[in-house]
Amino acid sequence: MAYFAQQAVNAISLGFLYALIGLGYTMVYGVLTMINFAHGDLFMLGAFVCLLLVTFSPVALPFPVLLILVMVIIGGLGVLIERLAYRPLRQAPRVSAVITALGCGLVISNTTLSISPYSRAMPEVFDDRYFNVLGVGVSTLQVLIIGVSLALMIGLDALIHKSRFGMALRAVAYDAGTVPLMGISVNRIISLTFLIGTGLGGAAGMLYGMSFPVISASMGILVGWKAFIAAVIGGIGNIRGAVLGGFILGTVEIFSVATLPSTYRDLISYSLLLVILIFKPYGILGRAPNIKV
Amino acid sequence: MSSPAVTEDILLEVKGLTVSYGDIRAVKNISFQVRRGEIFTLIGANGAGKSSTLRAISGLIRYSGTLSFQGENLYGVSADRIVARGLAQVPEGRGIFGNLTVMENLRLGAWLRRDRRGIREDIERILEALPRLKERLHQLSGTLSGGEQQMLAIGRALMSRARMLLLDEPSMGLAPKLIADIYRVLREIHATGTTLLLVEQNANLALRLAHRAAVLETGEITLCGESATLLASPDVQRAYLGA
Repeated sequence: MAYFAQQAVNAISLGFLYALIGLGYTMVYGVLTMINFAHGDLFMLGAFVCLLLVTFSPVALPFPVLLILVMVIIGGLGVLIERLAYRPLRQAPRVSAVITALGCGLVISNTTLSISPYSRAMPEVFDDRYFNVLGVGVSTLQVLIIGVSLALMIGLDALIHKSRFGMALRAVAYDAGTVPLMGISVNRIISLTFLIGTGLGGAAGMLYGMSFPVISASMGILVGWKAFIAAVIGGIGNIRGAVLGGFILGTVEIFSVATLPSTYRDLISYSLLLVILIFKPYGILGRAPNIKV
Repeated sequence: MSSPAVTEDILLEVKGLTVSYGDIRAVKNISFQVRRGEIFTLIGANGAGKSSTLRAISGLIRYSGTLSFQGENLYGVSADRIVARGLAQVPEGRGIFGNLTVMENLRLGAWLRRDRRGIREDIERILEALPRLKERLHQLSGTLSGGEQQMLAIGRALMSRARMLLLDEPSMGLAPKLIADIYRVLREIHATGTTLLLVEQNANLALRLAHRAAVLETGEITLCGESATLLASPDVQRAYLGA
């Protein structure tokens, strides 16, 4: 029973990380119906930026400052990529933008690889401690991951459903062609979407790097793609779907490793995607798109 | 018509407007002027270039020629900045955001305004004029009927406090009773001092509402003048009024 509870805690914290990354995929898809395949690599870069900041900062930066800096830097990079690489292709066929996104991802991961060909150890950002809750070992880091992710998700949900920006974001997702008639600059809304979506991915990268403290340039592909799968399982384009998908994937991974040989993990999670998509082709919370005539 | 006097000064000037889609010229070198305080209508059959003209004025599509609003050239001004200058459009097919509530749609219409109190008062006023929206204020607008969506689209355009409204076939797909309601609302809006540029296939209705009109045929203006004159014209009667 304690073993089960222990695994559940691990599954929740991993699920939160997948959800946090998946949000970036799903937000961009929601406004542009495009998969930002560079998102996983920006997630990876989040961990590296954190490493750089910790290594080269003359003063020890406290965790909240590090988190905000990473989010702003990665978010800004996301905005820049959209501006330079995706916006010129806005009217081009979707596949051109998707290929460009893959290209951007390759540039980011290979640049990182050329600078840091080996895996790096992530230094401790703060003093991590284990404590015992009813026989279950929980680390401060896990509590932090869960707390920060939860706060970011609640914040995002409020932003989308309560704020002016959220209203405009939902309008763009519904009918971007009519939005300018409200006096709203669609480009500004899209830039902000990238800032927030990739910023969350950067935060996830930093938290992931702290909890699995060996980071490498290939992390974006390994972890980022799984988060993409999570977003698809939940229903891409749907914010709550990304969170749900993250939890499902996190749970399946942790419990397949706990009960079966660990090499089965990816086989099981990818099979799960295929099975879910057979029955729910648009994901669990996704809906078939409205085809406008 | 008991409405503010139509003035002589020109609010919107369209000069040599041409709109092309690839090799197809949808609007061919048309010119007309809309005076401050008047209702001007562009009538014509499907595909005559009416919507393209409105979309060009709103900055949604590329064009050649000169468009000026209040004496200022609109060329190269982005669609969202054109709204800021006081030109709002009720697009063809209403353009309601079905995933947003009625209230959110209205608030989006007021995007450029910062006067919270004024916005609240305007919403109150619009809901008084359009009571059917009031009952459905917090409902997703996609669940509204066609007539209610059209009312919402008009209300939303009013929220920008535009000087001029461009309306693209507000009667389309609606029952006669609802069309009469919409036209009553348009009359009320005009009475508050808003200039209207109305695009319609329903020539009879539009000519009865407007002061002046132009007939658009395959991208060209074939007739332009006082609505009353056009209504009486045998050409218009034969082609558009089924006489």
